[in-house]
Amino acid sequence: MARRLMEGSEAMAEAAIACGCRFFAGYPMTPFTELLEHFAKKLPDVGGVCVNAESELEAVGMTWGALATGARAATGSTGQGLSLMQESFAEMTLAELPLVVFNMARGQGDYFQSTRGGGHGDYRHIVLAPMDIAEAVEHTQLAFHLADRWRNPVLVYGDYLLAHTSEAVDVSPVDFGPVPAKDWAVDGSLGGSGRSRSVSSLGIGKHGNLGPGIEAHFQAMVPKQEAIAAAEVRVETGFLDGAEVVVIAFGTAAKFVRYVVRQLRDEGVPIGYVRPVTLWPFPYEAVAAASEGVRGVMVFELNSGQMVDDVRLGVLGRAPVQFIGGISTDGSGFGVGDLLDVDVIRGRIEAALSSFPEGARA
Amino acid sequence: MKVLTRGTVTIDTGTCKGCELCIAACPPDVLVMSDPAQVNELGFRYPRLVAGCTGCLACLQVCPDFCFEVFKFEPPIELEVG
Amino acid sequence: MTFIPTDAAPSAPSRKVGDFKPDLLLTQEHHLCPGCGEPLALRILLETIQELGVADRTIAVPGIGCYTSFSSTIDVDLVQALHGRAPSVATGVKRMLPDRCVFTLQGDGDMVNEGLQEVIHTAARGEAITCVLLNNGVFGETGGHMTATSVIGQRTKTSLDGRDADYHGYPILIGNLLAQLQGAAYVARGSVHSAGAVAKTKKMMHKAFETQLRGGGFSFVEVLTMCPTGWFIPTADGPGYMDDTLGQVHTMGELKAR
Repeated sequence: MARRLMEGSEAMAEAAIACGCRFFAGYPMTPFTELLEHFAKKLPDVGGVCVNAESELEAVGMTWGALATGARAATGSTGQGLSLMQESFAEMTLAELPLVVFNMARGQGDYFQSTRGGGHGDYRHIVLAPMDIAEAVEHTQLAFHLADRWRNPVLVYGDYLLAHTSEAVDVSPVDFGPVPAKDWAVDGSLGGSGRSRSVSSLGIGKHGNLGPGIEAHFQAMVPKQEAIAAAEVRVETGFLDGAEVVVIAFGTAAKFVRYVVRQLRDEGVPIGYVRPVTLWPFPYEAVAAASEGVRGVMVFELNSGQMVDDVRLGVLGRAPVQFIGGISTDGSGFGVGDLLDVDVIRGRIEAALSSFPEGARA
Repeated sequence: MKVLTRGTVTIDTGTCKGCELCIAACPPDVLVMSDPAQVNELGFRYPRLVAGCTGCLACLQVCPDFCFEVFKFEPPIELEVG
Repeated sequence: MTFIPTDAAPSAPSRKVGDFKPDLLLTQEHHLCPGCGEPLALRILLETIQELGVADRTIAVPGIGCYTSFSSTIDVDLVQALHGRAPSVATGVKRMLPDRCVFTLQGDGDMVNEGLQEVIHTAARGEAITCVLLNNGVFGETGGHMTATSVIGQRTKTSLDGRDADYHGYPILIGNLLAQLQGAAYVARGSVHSAGAVAKTKKMMHKAFETQLRGGGFSFVEVLTMCPTGWFIPTADGPGYMDDTLGQVHTMGELKAR
């Protein structure tokens, strides 16, 4: 398929449909609205359903129902709207539903919401953080694959920049391999048979086959999460050979940081970068390895310091960790502020470079 | 004395929770609760049947514990009352 | 007194006219209180589905309340929803499988408190599902607290001196509210406080599901159920209390039939 110039929202909707998504429900909110509009336009053409739900709460509920029938289904919003969906996110993880969620975020302040969860209980969502539209197209399809593979929700961390800029991208279906059959899904056909099915976050089956009980059900999520953490870490690193300092960034901001790092390397500055691609499971090992023997680790993110906590856990004292990001937005609060600028980022990196202690690198 | 009886019930007294809704619901008034000393394994008194049931299904409809099976005699029979 | 034996089927020639439990109920056993009206409503619902011959294309979407224990005993495919959220979940199911019979089963706390927005929007949309409300005017599962349908004067743990209009406001008559929405095709309120009421309510249940099955649109059956525990009254007084209180405010009848 040929490349076509598309805004990010359209590309992501196309990608979802290309891999079989046939239900989407959402509520308009900037900068997520265009994603909903594209689904509303494209899904009926492929026999799918898009509902402009009356609230975010109802959007996630409708997606829950669609998923329970075995369909590939998704919802989304921006961080504020996802705040309203948190109860359902937690419970859908327990119900082992393959939910895909799109956060078209207003900046990077939803890192905690995505990885720590605003919902209750011991749940984890796989979180993919694309840096540009081409990666967002890949991640959208990967999200549906991982959700089905693990029967676990997957969140794609998009943002205003991805939503509203345009790139020429090729949205063809990507084959990530086989996924398990959805024999757990319900379609009504086993009613009256004595073997009717249940999709339930409580882990309770039917009389005669009730299951191991709520405690065992909750506990069973843990080895599953551990298996996901062992198998699905994704990270991009660069220029770590001989690096004396390392910059860590995620999402669209990371593309700006990478540009600056390349620039500095061209000028002989021994600097490298680590770009977590999965925010959960977080690439602690890659961060640990990258921080071995360096003078310092910098974290650039567009918030008051969220991913930096995970970086500190990965670095575990091997080197000083300095936060060089900050809250940055435009006059509306939806978009991109002054901090997302390669010259500004370069200035912050240089300032941090001179603040780290000398030596230490063998 | 005998009375024409059109129906009868089977009562699963072990499942009964002694709510007495059937007693009030029975149109010909042929259900009475057991004596206080007669309780099931759950500790509840349960209904007992006297002659005159019409097989109307009222007890079955109002029982929260699914304790009743209802039959209609073909033909109606005379049963001893008193 | 001469008692008639009731421990076995009669020996005189007879025909069974009523089974212990509906075919679609996997077991009689449940942990609901003595005198609870919810199993009566459940019987009406399951018998209706059986009689309409749609058990093998029905999907149930129960909410959270005492009745949630039925989720493991009703023999239909089922998606368990969170408190208040059944109508949206049912919408997602129905949109993906439009030829199935989809219903919600919710209590008044679930539907009229937590989930008021959901049921109103679902009715307004004319979503082709059937919402079944078990209305006992109280949050039973949590121990007897006031809901949006509790009536003035009703004593609960959060209205200890009785619901007071000045302090607690007035009950919502959800059936009447939904009947005003153009998207609602069939709206009825029944009760299970007597055998006669049960029979009337069963007819309403049939009409509601028939409305869905012939593509008529959104249907709704509210069933007033006894909750002697949540009403803090003796078990056997349940039906009379309902008649005198909830039944006077949430009145029985067909509220809309398109």
